[in-house]
Amino acid sequence: MEIVAQRPKSLRDVQFTYCPGCLHGVAHRLIAETMDEYGIRDNTMGIAPVGCSVFAYKFFDCDMAQAAHGRAPAVATGMKRARPDMVVFAYQGDGDLAAIGTAEIVHAANRGENITVFFVNNAIYGMTGGQMAPTTLPNMKTTTSPYGRDVNDIGYPIRVSELLNTLEAPYYIERVSLLSVPDTIKAKQAVKKALKYNIEGKGFTFVEFISTCPTNWGIDPNKSKDWAKENMLPYFKLGCFRDKEKDNGGK
Amino acid sequence: MSQKILMKGNEAVAEAAIRAGCRLYFAYPITPQSELIEYMAKMMPKVNGTFLQAESEVSAINMVYGAAGCGKRVMTSSSSPGISLKMEGISYLAGAELPSVIINVQRGGPGLGDIQPAQGDYFQATKGGGHGDYRLIVLAPNSVQEFADMASEAFDLADKYRNPVMILSDGLLGQMMEPVSFKESKTDEEIEELGKQHYEWCMHPNTGYTERHHNEINSLEIDPNVLEQHVLELEKKYKLIEQNEIKYEEYKVSDDNEILCVAFGISSRVVKSAINELEKEGHSIGLVRPITVWPYPYEAIAKAIGPKVKKVIVFELNLGQMVEDVRLAVNGKVPVDFMGKVGGIVFTPAEVKEKIEESL
Repeated sequence: MEIVAQRPKSLRDVQFTYCPGCLHGVAHRLIAETMDEYGIRDNTMGIAPVGCSVFAYKFFDCDMAQAAHGRAPAVATGMKRARPDMVVFAYQGDGDLAAIGTAEIVHAANRGENITVFFVNNAIYGMTGGQMAPTTLPNMKTTTSPYGRDVNDIGYPIRVSELLNTLEAPYYIERVSLLSVPDTIKAKQAVKKALKYNIEGKGFTFVEFISTCPTNWGIDPNKSKDWAKENMLPYFKLGCFRDKEKDNGGK
Repeated sequence: MSQKILMKGNEAVAEAAIRAGCRLYFAYPITPQSELIEYMAKMMPKVNGTFLQAESEVSAINMVYGAAGCGKRVMTSSSSPGISLKMEGISYLAGAELPSVIINVQRGGPGLGDIQPAQGDYFQATKGGGHGDYRLIVLAPNSVQEFADMASEAFDLADKYRNPVMILSDGLLGQMMEPVSFKESKTDEEIEELGKQHYEWCMHPNTGYTERHHNEINSLEIDPNVLEQHVLELEKKYKLIEQNEIKYEEYKVSDDNEILCVAFGISSRVVKSAINELEKEGHSIGLVRPITVWPYPYEAIAKAIGPKVKKVIVFELNLGQMVEDVRLAVNGKVPVDFMGKVGGIVFTPAEVKEKIEESL
């Protein structure tokens, strides 16, 4: 019998802690497959954030650090500066990256740190039980915006990819989605690009995944994807914001 | 030992850290430690080291976490308000058992306080500061030479116990110039070897090394039973440190002592001057100076109380912090008195002498 699909080597044989229908597993798989394809597993260090993916340090089969809430890009900076011979990536959610860790992501990107940050945006705090995130949509109900996000009170959701795109240094910034098979295939291409540039020492690379949270949205997994397509994608437009390779004509 | 040169404490400790093999330094500017960060900015590129001015003290300490997780000798420095910001990261460093060195050039507080020397961060440094049960090894220098010597000592202790080490200095030691001599610089090969001692647990490539590993730098243990074990293991380590690493200086301690003084850091220099003056007037006064303020020399202080000692007096540049540890050490044997000075003002030898004379 021929094996046609199996767990990537860069994922360990341990049980995920994600809810049924959660797309973190898909994002993990895309990263792990790419690590396998590039053969960098033995030479890579990753960082797990605080949030649902806090246990990512157990899932990826490379050396991993668990960072304080929001601090992953700073920890990544310390790791990359200490070991420039290794590939460093951080994996963060929207509360971690776009609220408590705003300074760290902006300045790591601004320095052009030679790291990759994978940003999973599902518009809610999952781990703590469905509180409002900096990316929660206008009027969206969460446990801390029970009457819906009031943009006059708490402001509008932050578009992180666009924000980072105002900086000079980043080499590659793309927003992708995990909401359909074609989108997931495109997402894989973005992961591959980001890690390729990382390996080549090109600088800071950033991939934002639009994802779902069936559990805390209270919507079943498939309908969650539809909900995200209808509500998140108009606000968080997919696309490549920065690709210096392309911009420089491949030079 | 090289020839002595005249240097500020802030610069001397930076130079000594580089010589001790520190090749990564992350910090944020703050007075009165600016000479330290500036010295590192100038000198790190010359040894192919990393100098990085972080966007905040919070980021700086987390960069330390990342680099220490790779087993490298890494340092940060700040002054009191900045050290408060680092406390989150320090707790994580302790929880994940990462060797690292943190320098606090203390200034007056609370809040923004001022930029003059103070010792108001004693509680923060020795009793916690960050969340959870953890200990820092805390070294308190009282001269520029000792400040510099403690850099290599701090890195050695950090490596030995896989624990963050703080050098608790102050604005006076940081800013004043004194003659200082330095140890030989470690070679690049020696520094490489120092890093390899941590390969069993730290992050490093799998290629080119022995068995394949998956090392995790982590302070999270979601299972209470596992966390309990982890914290109890930390406690064992802290007890070992208490057994092995207590350091103190005795100055003119004898059976003739009428008064025993206790002071750490820059305060001890002032107390020594007062003791010398009183000696000329025929009085025997002793001083115990804790050099490690954690682990604390409780027994040494208890033993130093001679038969004629009427009182123990503690001198600090705060409202009375270390005095609580001295009371524990003295345990009611004789009265414990205290003199403090706050606001960034340092007591004079005359003021200290006067305080001692009240009890003679």
